Amino acid sequence: MWKVIVRRFFVMVPQVVLLSILVFLLAKSMPGDALTGMIDPSIDPAALEAQREKLGLNNPWYIQYWDWITKAVQGDLGQSFRFKMPVTDLIGQRLLNTVWLSVATLLLTYMIAIPLGIISGRYNDTWKDRLITGYTYFGFAAPLFIFGLLMLWVFGFTLNWFPTGGSVEPGLAKGSFAYAVSKFYHLLLPAMSMALIATVTTVQYLRSEIIDTKQREFILTARAKGASESRVYNRHILRNSLLPIAALSGYEITGLIGGSIFIESIFSYPGMGQLFISSIMIRDFSVVTALVLLYGIASILGALLSDIILSIVDPRIRIQ
Amino acid sequence: MNEELLKIENLTTSFRIGDDYYAAVDHVSLAVKKNEILAIVGESGSGKSALAFSVMGLHTRAKTEGQIYYKGQDIVNLPPSKLNKLRGKEMGMIFQDPLSALNPLMIIGDQIEEILLLHNPKLSSKERKAKAIDLLQKVGIPRPEHTYTQYPHQLSGGMRQRVIIAIAIANEPSLLIADEPTTALDVTIQLQILDLIRKLKNDINAGIILITHDLGVVAEMADRVAVMYAGQIVEIADIYSLISNARHPYTRSLLNSIPASNEKQEKLHVIQGIVPSLKNLPRKGCRFKARIPWIDESAHEENPQMHEVAPGHFVRCTCYKGFHFPDHN
Repeated sequence: MWKVIVRRFFVMVPQVVLLSILVFLLAKSMPGDALTGMIDPSIDPAALEAQREKLGLNNPWYIQYWDWITKAVQGDLGQSFRFKMPVTDLIGQRLLNTVWLSVATLLLTYMIAIPLGIISGRYNDTWKDRLITGYTYFGFAAPLFIFGLLMLWVFGFTLNWFPTGGSVEPGLAKGSFAYAVSKFYHLLLPAMSMALIATVTTVQYLRSEIIDTKQREFILTARAKGASESRVYNRHILRNSLLPIAALSGYEITGLIGGSIFIESIFSYPGMGQLFISSIMIRDFSVVTALVLLYGIASILGALLSDIILSIVDPRIRIQ
Repeated sequence: MNEELLKIENLTTSFRIGDDYYAAVDHVSLAVKKNEILAIVGESGSGKSALAFSVMGLHTRAKTEGQIYYKGQDIVNLPPSKLNKLRGKEMGMIFQDPLSALNPLMIIGDQIEEILLLHNPKLSSKERKAKAIDLLQKVGIPRPEHTYTQYPHQLSGGMRQRVIIAIAIANEPSLLIADEPTTALDVTIQLQILDLIRKLKNDINAGIILITHDLGVVAEMADRVAVMYAGQIVEIADIYSLISNARHPYTRSLLNSIPASNEKQEKLHVIQGIVPSLKNLPRKGCRFKARIPWIDESAHEENPQMHEVAPGHFVRCTCYKGFHFPDHN
């Protein structure tokens, strides 16, 4: 078991290296550099050139990459032009917010998906199933950024049930109970908006898994043993149907990243997604590069997590 | 000894296709006695598995009519809670495909213990485990303690079939239904499994319904044989009468299509055509008519009945009289 995880971890290393090179090259190929936007245009081009030489911007790409990556590994991702502070500090503040949002969304996603998927799969082709399937079609069709706006307008502005922005009430002492409650309160609406849309894939998946498993022969064996219908479902059908769902949960993280970029912007929630969008807008390159790298690593970790979960829950998968 | 364990009367099991119901099992009547092996033989699609599933109440979307008396109690449309007291305790079933009949996520031990737990909740977990290992031993698994902790995918097909048999006999049922228990297995393993079933029959004194399309298995195992064609029983007799004196054209065709090992046959008899699909079954007249076109129309009965040709030997339709195989020229 541990061997598998360690081996998979080592496979991950070249993936991350390749990703960092790709991210770096893409950032480099964008027009302009650190000196194009920031400096008074009337300055002497020769002075700019001298500055470039000094900053190493005229070096070949692999030397620049090496400079960048060795610093990045040590936690120095450069300076943000806009905030005039180290990128690492800037991201650090928001990373936690995004992690909370993602965890809340993931939990809500499964809290919605599992009961709905079970009802839909168990009573397939009844009105309950049609109702749930109808909802999933709505979820597939509705774009997240429109749905998010709608939620914000209805529950935030019109009904005033939830705060419409930020991650915490200003003026509360960090670490106090009121602070934690306020954080949670601010999380709910964006997490709910994202979960309601993201969950439909899982609902559909679980539904078809249950319908599939219902017809497998070992279910007949269970019935022939004299197991009650609820036991057949809980012990036999559900466990087998949840398998692929569990396996996909790691990949779900990748999906959340994409979702949180929209949602954080709509709810002006100070997380990485919001930072990402605003940094692209004003070409805060060092921040964008660092975020793309982080997102990429998160996706790779998600895939790793899926593999690990699958090898734990499915006895047939013991990778040799 | 001659007590009737299971008596099926006019059993009709129909499935819904579109807006209509089609009978996969059509007015079947038969009986199984204690300590007897009744074989049900027929081609694929003849309704033999549907019949077995009806007895176990395993159909989820079928209409079942008629009566199935188990020890005198009618079990058709029994409420699930009462049926579940019979299934697994009084009636056990061995399934066709050992590769898919076990839950892939449970260890063998738990799968056997489940049936013990369901019908004998008083057993302590230690006693249950001892019983499960005992059962594995009984069905001839060489290292029962080891197998107990294994998952199905770690076992061979033959071993898995033994586990399925262990589950079926766990509570020493009075009635055992074996639905093509050897079809998915190698020939050498087939013999071992059949030997095992026969041995267990003597141990627990059960009545057995053996469903198969393999007449070799029938000759080896059965006390009595019912031949099914297109949802109906066309001939029923004890094994000796059936092998030596088969009457119905279908039975005779089946027997004739086995290659004989001791003589070199010029040409193997082949029954023309296929079993008609459920939807296209002829609802009137002799159902086998279309596959013996050289027999004159008038030989068939308009509404084929069972005829007793010898004590305990019944044949459907009058076309058995004067039936002959076509000449191969």
